[in-house]
Amino acid sequence: MTDNLFTNLFRHMYRIRAVEEAIAHHYPEGNMRCPVHLSIGQESIPAVFAQSIDSTDFAVSTHRGHAHYLAKGGNLNAMIAEIYGKSSGCAKGKGGSMHLIDLAVNFMGTSAIVGNSIPIGVGLALSVQLKGTNQISCVFLGDGATEEGVFYESVNFAAVRKLPVLFICENNLYSVYSPLSVRQPKGRSIAKMVEAMGLEVAVGNGHNIASSHEIMKNAVDKVRKTGEPIFLEFTTYRWREHCGHDFDNDIGYRTQEEFLEWQAKDPLNNLERELQRTSSQMATSLEKIKSEIDLEVKKAFDFAEESLFPAQSDAYDGVYA
Amino acid sequence: MEVDESVICYGLGVTDPKSAFGTTANLEKRFGSERVFDMPTSENAMTGVAIGAALNGVKSVMTHQRIDFFLLAMDQLVNSAAKWHYMFGSQISIPITIRLIIGRGWGQGPTHSQNLQAWFAHIPGLKVVMPTTPEDAKGLLISSIFDPNPVVFLEHRWLHNTIGEVPGGDFRVPIGKAKVVRTGADVTIVSMSYMTIEALHAADYLATQGISCEIIDLRTIKPLDWDTVMYSVAKTGCLLALDSGFTTGSVAGEIVARVAIEVFDKLKVPPARLAMPDVPEPTSYALTKGFYVRAADIAKKIMEMLGKDFSEVNNTLLEPTPHDVPGNWFKGPF
Repeated sequence: MTDNLFTNLFRHMYRIRAVEEAIAHHYPEGNMRCPVHLSIGQESIPAVFAQSIDSTDFAVSTHRGHAHYLAKGGNLNAMIAEIYGKSSGCAKGKGGSMHLIDLAVNFMGTSAIVGNSIPIGVGLALSVQLKGTNQISCVFLGDGATEEGVFYESVNFAAVRKLPVLFICENNLYSVYSPLSVRQPKGRSIAKMVEAMGLEVAVGNGHNIASSHEIMKNAVDKVRKTGEPIFLEFTTYRWREHCGHDFDNDIGYRTQEEFLEWQAKDPLNNLERELQRTSSQMATSLEKIKSEIDLEVKKAFDFAEESLFPAQSDAYDGVYA
Repeated sequence: MEVDESVICYGLGVTDPKSAFGTTANLEKRFGSERVFDMPTSENAMTGVAIGAALNGVKSVMTHQRIDFFLLAMDQLVNSAAKWHYMFGSQISIPITIRLIIGRGWGQGPTHSQNLQAWFAHIPGLKVVMPTTPEDAKGLLISSIFDPNPVVFLEHRWLHNTIGEVPGGDFRVPIGKAKVVRTGADVTIVSMSYMTIEALHAADYLATQGISCEIIDLRTIKPLDWDTVMYSVAKTGCLLALDSGFTTGSVAGEIVARVAIEVFDKLKVPPARLAMPDVPEPTSYALTKGFYVRAADIAKKIMEMLGKDFSEVNNTLLEPTPHDVPGNWFKGPF
């Protein structure tokens, strides 16, 4: 285990957690006036992605996209300002939490509609193939999106045209409050199903950061080398409510016991403890990373709070290019 | 495609022997299978693919042989293509062109004959183009391809075999400009696509009755050329809006509303519209008799609006036999 790699993974995970916790903390103040879908508990997959991807590669994501935006290198200040509806936001206040974009790092957008960004990521891969560049296109999706027709259409097209696209499915077991058991037949593997459609697939345990990193890194390298699509499915677990800042283990769709069981597997906490044990120097350096990130996050919220709202008349601009 | 290497063309059947009613014939041979290709039967995903490719500078021209199949792609069209530019703060646009064939007749029936321009026109961020003549079809298609926005390009099946002069080369007709195809003094007929042909037949008849029609072929439904419409109505004081789609929520209804709101004082008679009934188009030859809006309906309506006796119209402007084809040369199958 190389310290450098794992401190980087720690940094990525901690940063996402810190940002999302800060959103949860400030959300009740009522100044982030849009739905938010937090990735707390699911940080390991974007973290290993951040560690494996180039800034020139393309990525698209979903309503739960803060973590992917950050992992791709998206500007933190612009994201928080966007959630605050400010003109300094990454979409100038037109999109909010569910519509994040940072063209400087080829993070091409997120969609509020389940499954909607999947074919868009495949289209980016088609453009890469046409232009003959060495990029890959990454598509983040959840388990719910694999129930949408457009998912199958997109996977099929990626397979038939042999497109350089990496599908990254974060299976957190729930679509809003509906468990997998009412949505997909018992015992059927999403990855196996996609494999039958002609894609190379791999399954990862999102609570094991080392193996998840290896799977992600190998897949990114292979898609780049072969130009052919790969599908990854990672198990993970969302800690907070589907939409909003709070916990929701008391409303009846899952139990507190189930939540605690998954929380005990927290890859961030586990990695931190493991790294702390390696040396006292390491423990100090982790504290330094944490305080740097905490400061960065605080500054991002200050930036968002201090930024100006767009002019009322801006609502009518930009319908057409 | 010659002008710009980033233009690609795909759709179910664009490279097959029928080549989308001959409209994409030889394209693959000329520009290669990377830029011109057949596709899986996946209308929704393939629209998303066009959006994604557009994000990296590729301009897609997608073709569907019936608009009705494309309804599966409304998510990608409405939620993504139409909104990407706006909802991401005007940083990036979606230059895609979606060719959809509309029509009527030959037993196309309930799900092969819809004219849904009003749906698309309702969505901010979309442009909607409906050419009538061969010249406009070429000029507007090229303009659509090079427009930075998503354009829904509606082609009426009954116009595909129209013969007319077409300028060569990179010939463009501006989007958003209507054409006055006939000038007149007594009534303004606002029309689109195939309905313009029926309007011309009606105007010929009305001329023999001493009624002078001004016919505006909209060519673009969105953005609509309101200046041309208002100018003409102010001149004639009489408006009949035609539509190839269903009556309720039609483009014709929007035109009547806006004219009534903006130039009410210029109107000499109440404005009117003629569109398809709010009924799915039936298939049977017998059931479509008298079903379509045609020249006689237009002539009668205008004579009624102007207080003239229209009892003779049907004797002159007979329903053609067969009534369900653009001409006797049309033998189907679709």
